[in-house]
Amino acid sequence: MTSPSSPSPSRPSPSRPSPDKAGAADTLTGGRRRRRVRLRGGAPLPLLLPALIGLAFLVLPLVALLIRAPWRSMPDLLTSTEVWQALQLSLVCATAATVVSLVIGVPLAWLLARVEFRGRGLVRALVTLPLVLPPVVGGVALLMALGRNGVVGRWLDDWFGVTLPFTTAGVVVAEAFVAMPFLVISVEGTLRAADPRYEEAATTLGASRFTAFRRVTLPLIAPGIAAGAVLAWARALGEFGATITFAGNFPGRTQTMPLAVYLALQSDPEAAIALSLVLLAVSVAVLAGLRDRWMTAS
Amino acid sequence: MTGIEKTAQDTVGAPGRAGEGLDARLVVERGSFRLDVALTASPGDVVALLGPNGAGKTTALRALAGLVPLTDGHLRLDGAELDRTPPESRPVGVVFQDYLLFPHLTALDNVAFGPRCHGATKAQARAQAAEWLERMSLAAHAGAKPRRLSGGQAQRVALARALATHPRLLLLDEPLAALDARTRLDVRAQLRHHLADFEAVAVLVTHDPLDAMVLADHLVVIEDGRIVQEGTPADIARHPRTDYIAHLVGLNLYRGQAEGHTVRLDGAPAVTITTTEALTGPAFVAFPPSAVTLHRDRPTGSSARNLWRCEVAGLETHGDQIRAALTGELPLAADLTTVAAAELDLRPGGTVWATVKAAQTHAYPA
Repeated sequence: MTSPSSPSPSRPSPSRPSPDKAGAADTLTGGRRRRRVRLRGGAPLPLLLPALIGLAFLVLPLVALLIRAPWRSMPDLLTSTEVWQALQLSLVCATAATVVSLVIGVPLAWLLARVEFRGRGLVRALVTLPLVLPPVVGGVALLMALGRNGVVGRWLDDWFGVTLPFTTAGVVVAEAFVAMPFLVISVEGTLRAADPRYEEAATTLGASRFTAFRRVTLPLIAPGIAAGAVLAWARALGEFGATITFAGNFPGRTQTMPLAVYLALQSDPEAAIALSLVLLAVSVAVLAGLRDRWMTAS
Repeated sequence: MTGIEKTAQDTVGAPGRAGEGLDARLVVERGSFRLDVALTASPGDVVALLGPNGAGKTTALRALAGLVPLTDGHLRLDGAELDRTPPESRPVGVVFQDYLLFPHLTALDNVAFGPRCHGATKAQARAQAAEWLERMSLAAHAGAKPRRLSGGQAQRVALARALATHPRLLLLDEPLAALDARTRLDVRAQLRHHLADFEAVAVLVTHDPLDAMVLADHLVVIEDGRIVQEGTPADIARHPRTDYIAHLVGLNLYRGQAEGHTVRLDGAPAVTITTTEALTGPAFVAFPPSAVTLHRDRPTGSSARNLWRCEVAGLETHGDQIRAALTGELPLAADLTTVAAAELDLRPGGTVWATVKAAQTHAYPA
């Protein structure tokens, strides 16, 4: 029983020459062969129907966003000071959060991947926790730790006069808290896949472990770090819950794009759509940047 | 100076003059595996650790490099204690089995890596590296990334990289294993040349007896973490002391009790071998497969005292020869020509008679 129409247009022509580059060739041709086998038997309706509904469910909202976009008033909406402020703040904070994640997250990933110590599994679980933790809870937890009366925040305030909550720095902290696990997990995976014997080879040539890491390991895992950084950056850019809880919603200071979208939706839905489209465009760009990696990874 | 001249000159394997060279006892325990080998070598020596897979050769090499900590024993190089020294501070160079050239660096920068870590400026390190590549006839490939190099070129870059730090101990892990048969021949000859030029101690690990015999002037045979035999290649080839070595050098080897010209085999006292040498007590008897003559029927009037009834277990071609694996009273390997094999109508399961002239056997004390 074959479904009459839908799969055939997507069927790749078997005679098409493969222009793939060496690395991706195996997985791509492998995937193509599998797809062809599956199509020959035809997709059974009980699977095909929910699959198409699932696809529509994911794509339809985005299409709706495009349909309802106020294209004519777009230029005005996007050039307003508030939008620019929010966009600028979002980009700056997401980038800063990514930098923070890189500086402390890459060494953490190295520790998890390369050093045997007791309780490593537990540490890895703790690192991963913010991935699954509701971001609002993360924000509350950050307040408890770094708030003006928080466990650590009190000392920061007393000793250095530093207060993080409801400041731009607080936005960076909240975003880094939520985004860093993405980077750590990605980099740790790359480190595990990388041959640790290169580090050994470097030490036999007189390199200290740190030099070996800096001059051999780091360049070898650069693609993994880049992918992890992009993931973390995208996550930080979209951060809402932890940010609004820990840093509040002050235009120009802590109001990032997602917060602005949420606020605009209540007063000016057209502006909300316009802002959403900007974020959508950024997401698509990120996806395009990661495409090669994801295709070869699967 | 060639390796052969060196063998003749030096008392190889003896502790070095005035504490020079390598003096080590390596004990490494890992779960149920225990490595315990003593190694000594003078500057200029090339020592080969030979043994089957899993014997502990590579562990010994890693212990020398400091990549595996010693459980016990000691490690002295030119009189200096190294057993607690971290790998980056040891004057040791390593050529790894698959070379481990840094894939993101050019051949030149791979070789410059060591000098750079030892404090040379970038320009100095590169100049030294260029010199080494020149010496390895690789100047034309200085700018190539490792994946653009052939197996033989990569091997020479790895050797140059290891030598560029002027190590007092050069370690080579299966230096030819990653090469195809034809490249191997060339690279082996070049490597032999470079090792002969090397003025400090070189230790190489291999499971290939030919590599070991061509490259080294002292062989150390390791089985199950222990040294089972050591000596010059010629000595080991002539007097193997375990089945593994006998098989490697292509000899039939038996152990038994000698009484005059007769050796009664351990484990099969009914079987005796008549030998040229007269010995008493535990002894080895060895003879090459080419010394075995096969007959379809029991030979009559043969002068050979060594006559056994055997069953053909398997046949293998070696060039224009056929090697027959025989079982029966005495497990044997016998070489014969293809023509002879056809005339004898050899086939697995068939029965043959094997004779060996006493003059072609070689007996020595166990």
